[in-house]
Amino acid sequence: MSRIGLFITCVNDALYPQTPKAVVTVLERLGYEVDFPTAQTCCGQMHANSGYRDDAAKLARSFEEVFGGYEAVVTPSGSCAAMVRDQYPDLTGSDFGARVLELSEFLLDHAGVDDVGARFEHTVTYHPTCHGTRALGLGDKPLRLLRNVAGIELVDLPEADQCCGFGGTFALKNSEVSTAMLEDKCRHADRTGAEYLAAADNSCLTHIGGGISRSGGPRPIHYAEILAATA
Amino acid sequence: MNAKEEILARIGRALDGTEETVEVPRRYRRSLDEGTDVVELLIDRLVDYKANVHHGLESIEAALGEAKKVVVPADLPAGWRRGGAEYIEDDALATDELDGMDAVLTGCAAAVAVSGTIMLDAGPAQGRRAITLVPDHHVVVVGRDQIVGHLAQALPRLSRTDPQTWISGPSATSDIELQRVEGVHGPRRLDVVIADL
Amino acid sequence: MSTAFPKAAKVALGMPQLRSNLAHATGTIRGKRAAVAAELDDWEQLRDAASAVKADVQRHLPELLETFERNAIEAGAKVHWARDGAEANRIAARITREAGADEVVKVKSMATQEIELNEHFEAEGLAAWETDLAELIVQLAEDRPSHILVPAIHYNRTEIRDIFKGRMKDAPADLTDDPAALAEAARRHLRRRFLSAKVAVSGANFAIAETGSLVVVESEGNGRMCLTMPETLISIVGVEKLLPSFDDLEVFMQLLPRSSTGERMNPYSSIWTGRAEGDGPKDVHIILLDNGRTDVLADEVGRQALSCIRCSACLNVCPVYERTGGHAYGHVYPGPIGAILAPQLEPGRHDDLPYASSLCGACYEVCPVKINIPEVLVHLRQTGPHGAGEKAAMGAAQAVMARPGLWRAALRAARFFSRPWRRRGYVRRLPFPGSKWTVSRDLGVPPKESFRDWWKEHER
Repeated sequence: MSRIGLFITCVNDALYPQTPKAVVTVLERLGYEVDFPTAQTCCGQMHANSGYRDDAAKLARSFEEVFGGYEAVVTPSGSCAAMVRDQYPDLTGSDFGARVLELSEFLLDHAGVDDVGARFEHTVTYHPTCHGTRALGLGDKPLRLLRNVAGIELVDLPEADQCCGFGGTFALKNSEVSTAMLEDKCRHADRTGAEYLAAADNSCLTHIGGGISRSGGPRPIHYAEILAATA
Repeated sequence: MNAKEEILARIGRALDGTEETVEVPRRYRRSLDEGTDVVELLIDRLVDYKANVHHGLESIEAALGEAKKVVVPADLPAGWRRGGAEYIEDDALATDELDGMDAVLTGCAAAVAVSGTIMLDAGPAQGRRAITLVPDHHVVVVGRDQIVGHLAQALPRLSRTDPQTWISGPSATSDIELQRVEGVHGPRRLDVVIADL
Repeated sequence: MSTAFPKAAKVALGMPQLRSNLAHATGTIRGKRAAVAAELDDWEQLRDAASAVKADVQRHLPELLETFERNAIEAGAKVHWARDGAEANRIAARITREAGADEVVKVKSMATQEIELNEHFEAEGLAAWETDLAELIVQLAEDRPSHILVPAIHYNRTEIRDIFKGRMKDAPADLTDDPAALAEAARRHLRRRFLSAKVAVSGANFAIAETGSLVVVESEGNGRMCLTMPETLISIVGVEKLLPSFDDLEVFMQLLPRSSTGERMNPYSSIWTGRAEGDGPKDVHIILLDNGRTDVLADEVGRQALSCIRCSACLNVCPVYERTGGHAYGHVYPGPIGAILAPQLEPGRHDDLPYASSLCGACYEVCPVKINIPEVLVHLRQTGPHGAGEKAAMGAAQAVMARPGLWRAALRAARFFSRPWRRRGYVRRLPFPGSKWTVSRDLGVPPKESFRDWWKEHER
């Protein structure tokens, strides 16, 4: 079995070490050998989506260099995977995106595993993040993995498919609209009564968690951390 | 340069370097599943639009209800003019005369079951557009063999360049809170008589 | 960069009635659209076909326009060309005068709103009466439309009742806010006008090159009234509205009603070809309008905006539109499609609109002609303009991220300087521009041990 390249994303690099740790835990539990190329930084999404194409293209080329040696690259971010798949063809002219898989894609489609042997005895509600669901087409893949976690109680999130209002620099440039979207998301999350709000992207969870930190509600958690849990 | 020449020149410049043609993938349906009962489906859709449905030419009288003055196209079959209503043939009636009619009785060119759409194309028994518009009650006779399942099956039956009106239920609006309300400017009552013609 | 949108959005967000009206209406239509789209098992194939037809039309626009013109003229129509809105308005006003009229009845038309035909007519001493219920409400209220399909979406039934009672001279004294009663009042108010109008102005949903026909899709019958009763008909049609053949309607007439009002088919569609003897207007005019469309066509990425069939599905699913309404966009085309169309139709203006999106992609998902709105938004953001501060920050971030050593050093520095907040776990207040974040959200604090440190240990 060839080694898997782990792309942790810049957000996790800076703020959430527990998420890539969880990815390593899950993949190693399933018998995969994981490699973390330390020269990795960022896929370039912030630059691309803010209109800085040249900057994004430089970062995209570095990304392809760093991960060029892996047949499969796994990342715990639907948004970053979608960036590589959708925008790299334009930025670098490559189809590198075919190799970059969001964790649930890797587990379900590549590894053929839908039960990772996790146990998590808590109530959890799941927010399908926009880029993962729509741009990458994850559908309910992360949720399918969560359903097979022992002890978990999943509760539906009302209006789950509505954006939380993050949108990268949108949260700053249109802070008021973003806040109005966030308030609705936090209210719906709180109403579920769940202990945790899971999602496939820590950037969205940074936003939702930042709101919940003030308004109260479930604790944000990347779903990879639930898959890694065994007690 | 006149406006036409200038616009065409602008388009030419805008398209400079663009590849010639885009293949259109036509993998969509052109018919419903075999065995679909298109008459039943049409009735279901019409009822959903709050149109009234009747069966057989003998039901025309009931479909016309209280209407006393009924405008009809001059070529409407004599056998359709049933009951005690006064049938007035449209001989370029003035608008005010049309406005004084209680109902209009016509045939149609085709009907699409899946969307509940009745199509007029100024053909036999249909008359000009104004007669099916100004009176507040439209009774339309649909022959069973005029009913097709799918829109794509109906288009070839229409006269492409004569004035067409596609009717799907009575006049309606969704302009207030996006909730559909029947009845604005077109006929507020639509009665459909399904018959073997 | 213009900051008109964020400012106007802030105002709209402070209007609870507006927000509740919008949430209610868009919520209703979202559900209806999803249900009727799901009924068709070939919905995606229809979208693929529609998208390709529109792209192909754009590539063959000159031939198709000439074919359309030739066939329409042969059928008895008079065809005019207008480089911009002013030219189209002049032509329409001249035809109206020549018909001996000083007023027109109007079918709801985005093109005529775009070129401000009503305002132009008023300035020339002519009157233009809107006949679509929602347009009538907006015109009576002396307001602006806030939605492509339902221009009065920002009003609820009670507000509409009040507008009618206050401004419609023949409104019944006991008018209630029952939508059926409101529709009845509009019927009575407009009936005489319809039956006596000499000239009507319309747009068109589709123009069919093969036959020279125009198609108008509507619900109320006001369209049929305008297209049938007057002696003179003036239709103002954007050059992008062409379809090659009559049979293309088998695609578009499935997609449009289900995407717009969430119906299997809209109550009325009218298709006419030039003049018909003894049936409808005797004097039929078509004004083919450019007004910036050829500029949009010149942008290889942005031109897909010209495929728009004005269904407004993208508005109804947009979380930004739902919260701000249409007026905040400051253009006749609001919502996601407006955010890509307005800055292209009027270059140099509306440059803040491409940023009025979280790029959530809901618009692309529902678009019946598959306009990749997020792609065009990102594309338009490239032309900026970008503020000096932002540019510097983005450049610096890129410089750091392009060098792994610098990136690691930056992460270490962030962990070091954020120590004071680590125990609490979050930051509540940051200086500008971080304050734009912390105005409503806390920010997490970098951890003591990074993943990289853990990995070093783990690898051993």
